[in-house]
Amino acid sequence: MKEKIISLFKRMEPDKEKSPLLHTAYDAFFTFAFTPNTVTKEGVHIRDGMDLKRTMVIVVIAMQLCYLWGTLNIGHQHFAALGLYQNLILEGFHLKLFYGLVQLLPIWIVAHVVGLGVEFYFAARKKHAVEEGFLVTGALIPLIMPPDVPLWILAFSIVFAVIIGKEAFGGTGMNVVNIALLARVFVFFAYPGTISGDEVWVAGLTKAGPGGMADYGWIHLQVLNPIFESFGWDTFNQGYAVVDGYTGATPMALAAKGGWAAVMEHYTPGQMFWGLIPGSIGETSKPFIIIGALMLIGTGIASWRIMVSMCLGMVFMALIFNMWGYNAYMEIPWYYHFSMGSFLFAMAFMATDPVTAASTNRGKWIYGFLIGVIGLIVRVMNPAYPEGWMLAILLLNVFAPLIDHFVLQSNINKRMKHVQ
Amino acid sequence: MESRIAEAPTAVSPEGEPVIVKLRRGFDVNLHGEAPKKVHSEVSVNRFAVQAPNYLGLAPMPKLMVEVGQHVLAGEALFFDKKHPDVLFVAPVSGEVIAINRGERRAIQELVILADRTIQYRTYDNIPGLDASREELFAFLKDSGAWPLFRQRPYNLLADPDAVPRDIFISTFDTAPLAPDLNLVVSGREAAFQKGLDVLGKLTTGKVYLGLDARGNAVSSAFSQASGVQKVGFKGKHPAGNVGIQIHHIRPIRPKEKIWTLGVQEVITLGTLFLEGKYDASRIVALTGSSLEKPAYVSTYAGANLGDLLKNQGVAENSRIISGDVLSGKTKTVEQFLDVYDDQVSVIPEGNDYEMFGWLAPMSARPSTSRTFFSGIFPFGWIYNATTNTRGEKRAFVVTGQYEEVLPMDIYPQHLLKAIITNDIEKIEGLGIHEVVEEDLALCEFACTSKQPLQKILREGIDMMINEGL
Repeated sequence: MKEKIISLFKRMEPDKEKSPLLHTAYDAFFTFAFTPNTVTKEGVHIRDGMDLKRTMVIVVIAMQLCYLWGTLNIGHQHFAALGLYQNLILEGFHLKLFYGLVQLLPIWIVAHVVGLGVEFYFAARKKHAVEEGFLVTGALIPLIMPPDVPLWILAFSIVFAVIIGKEAFGGTGMNVVNIALLARVFVFFAYPGTISGDEVWVAGLTKAGPGGMADYGWIHLQVLNPIFESFGWDTFNQGYAVVDGYTGATPMALAAKGGWAAVMEHYTPGQMFWGLIPGSIGETSKPFIIIGALMLIGTGIASWRIMVSMCLGMVFMALIFNMWGYNAYMEIPWYYHFSMGSFLFAMAFMATDPVTAASTNRGKWIYGFLIGVIGLIVRVMNPAYPEGWMLAILLLNVFAPLIDHFVLQSNINKRMKHVQ
Repeated sequence: MESRIAEAPTAVSPEGEPVIVKLRRGFDVNLHGEAPKKVHSEVSVNRFAVQAPNYLGLAPMPKLMVEVGQHVLAGEALFFDKKHPDVLFVAPVSGEVIAINRGERRAIQELVILADRTIQYRTYDNIPGLDASREELFAFLKDSGAWPLFRQRPYNLLADPDAVPRDIFISTFDTAPLAPDLNLVVSGREAAFQKGLDVLGKLTTGKVYLGLDARGNAVSSAFSQASGVQKVGFKGKHPAGNVGIQIHHIRPIRPKEKIWTLGVQEVITLGTLFLEGKYDASRIVALTGSSLEKPAYVSTYAGANLGDLLKNQGVAENSRIISGDVLSGKTKTVEQFLDVYDDQVSVIPEGNDYEMFGWLAPMSARPSTSRTFFSGIFPFGWIYNATTNTRGEKRAFVVTGQYEEVLPMDIYPQHLLKAIITNDIEKIEGLGIHEVVEEDLALCEFACTSKQPLQKILREGIDMMINEGL
């Protein structure tokens, strides 16, 4: 049976010389379906069952709960702005789920088609196998974008990030900065209007404030509504008005204006912890991020050292701000910083990228701690942009080799001081 | 913490009591095919070979002293290195030289000897006693063919004939997969082992260190009661039994220092030479691996033919024969011979087969350091049937900290390898290349997610260092 399937696949194999791109794509899918029959040649005779495909897929699996929550929360935030189904995430479940899917699926598809397209092209050009790095990048990018991000901007940012950030440096394993964050920072600097301010975190409104109303596409009105009607369920209402007093502001924006008191006017700590707040798609649900982080730590895929030291760095800086107390933002108790914004998501999935993080264990402690400190400084003290982890991680990505250099140098010095 | 570097032998307490070094990092690869602990001596091996490439640092064209068809005694000289004509390489058994096999550019690969039924030994006129001077002992060792028993670190080379070693290290237990039990190997030959240690004590200006098994197994009195040596216990998973790891924790090698290492059976050969006046290259070899019907310990001589060794053990179809263990051994055919420093043959199935979604949902349990497999999450005494499949394709270095998890040394293996790849000599030296040889990084190579050839890269670095004269 297996032999037959394999010989069937083998007959379909495109010629390597005539059509390198097709062959690369074929090879990527074939090795996905069947682990190759290669045997060890030199050095060890047996190899660990772990490979890069499995490593990457575990990270993607760890994100799946964030995807689930992100999908529902896109819908939830949309309807909350309209004053509908705003008490529980499961109220109006079908509307929220399908609303979220209609927003999220195109983002996911564009991210993968564009990103993998670039990967396959470069792999064919360089005549080597497609490396699995983009599996994780492609899964991360939708989670760190606002739900309403224009798809052409998304495609642009991914092309930029993958080519300039990765392929220019030699492909997977060689990049200096985190590719997913590079895509996001590209959007942030090139198209700031799509990723900052109060307007962008809730999808499907003509305006996220008084006078705005719900705005649906043909898929909601022509496809989904008739289906829901046939079951007798609630439907999407074109032109439903946004409730009075709604602003669409995230806790971060509120805190920047008026500290914890301003946040509490709109959200409860419980809402912020469970993730019923506007924000990037995957960053809001703290319990699900923590589950993903524990999965990564438990399987040993991500470095617990980076996660722990990043928490320590953030708490350290928050306590300093608490003592300083210059403005209301600085007075926010340190533990609330965990549930605002994207700290936990950045800690679990972004800072721990092994390629761009420090590579020595001691270096990882320093690296994580500094991200925690600098990220919180950006968050609290930067008036232009309310969140700090993206910039802090990119900054430390650049400095990670320097941190490693000092760690290695101390190892070298210890060894060489006995030699004259 | 095990990751210290000490200038003084800090692992040895001032009172001379044996100290136990606990190593947290490492990984035991448990495989099927362990040999039952009983030595079979009735195995008849006809052909033995002295293989020049086994001796690292030997010039490719040694000067031959025998011809095909000539009869030699055990301990009789076969060839010498032209750079050091006084260091002789001798026959492990008596018999007729039946072939001299040459490789590329006519470099000598093997001298094959068809063994006599009863081994006849070369006799020596005067064997120096232990009160002889170091020069006299050195001269006798070189002439008797015992010199190549010593391997010099850094780099596992033939010992430099003009240098006195700083210290001598012997590991008395082997933690590699399916490795022979050295307590069994030494039993019955305790006196020769102790004599060998006594001789070694005269050869170094420093000390002779014995690495003992402190994992709770029964240890032969030959090791635990050995006299005239410093004993240090090691407790931990593989590679705790590697002499390189033990050196690192007892007294690490600095650049320009030279130390010697020996295997237990080499010490016995040395001891027998002084005790009985004969060059006895007998070896107890463990024939192991899941592709053998009957794994066994057999008694033979150094350089035995693998086909002869394995003929009664039932080798399965489509399997690989390895001289040494599955992590750092060499692939061989039945026509080839056991490498001179090896005391183990591993035979495992070839893994030249496709597996559907093998990377995601494997059909069989496989050894892994990763906690993403069922057996990694519940690590309770699993024993595996490993094949030679690469379990994935070669990739760039992505994962970090993985090698350090299985290497109990204060060394950054990934950075050392990257320094080798980029030819950064200064950094290679600083990061401690002189402290490791291939077998020490073998477990890192096994664990490597990116399937990189670590041992090959390391040997390239070592060759580079030797060429640079470092």
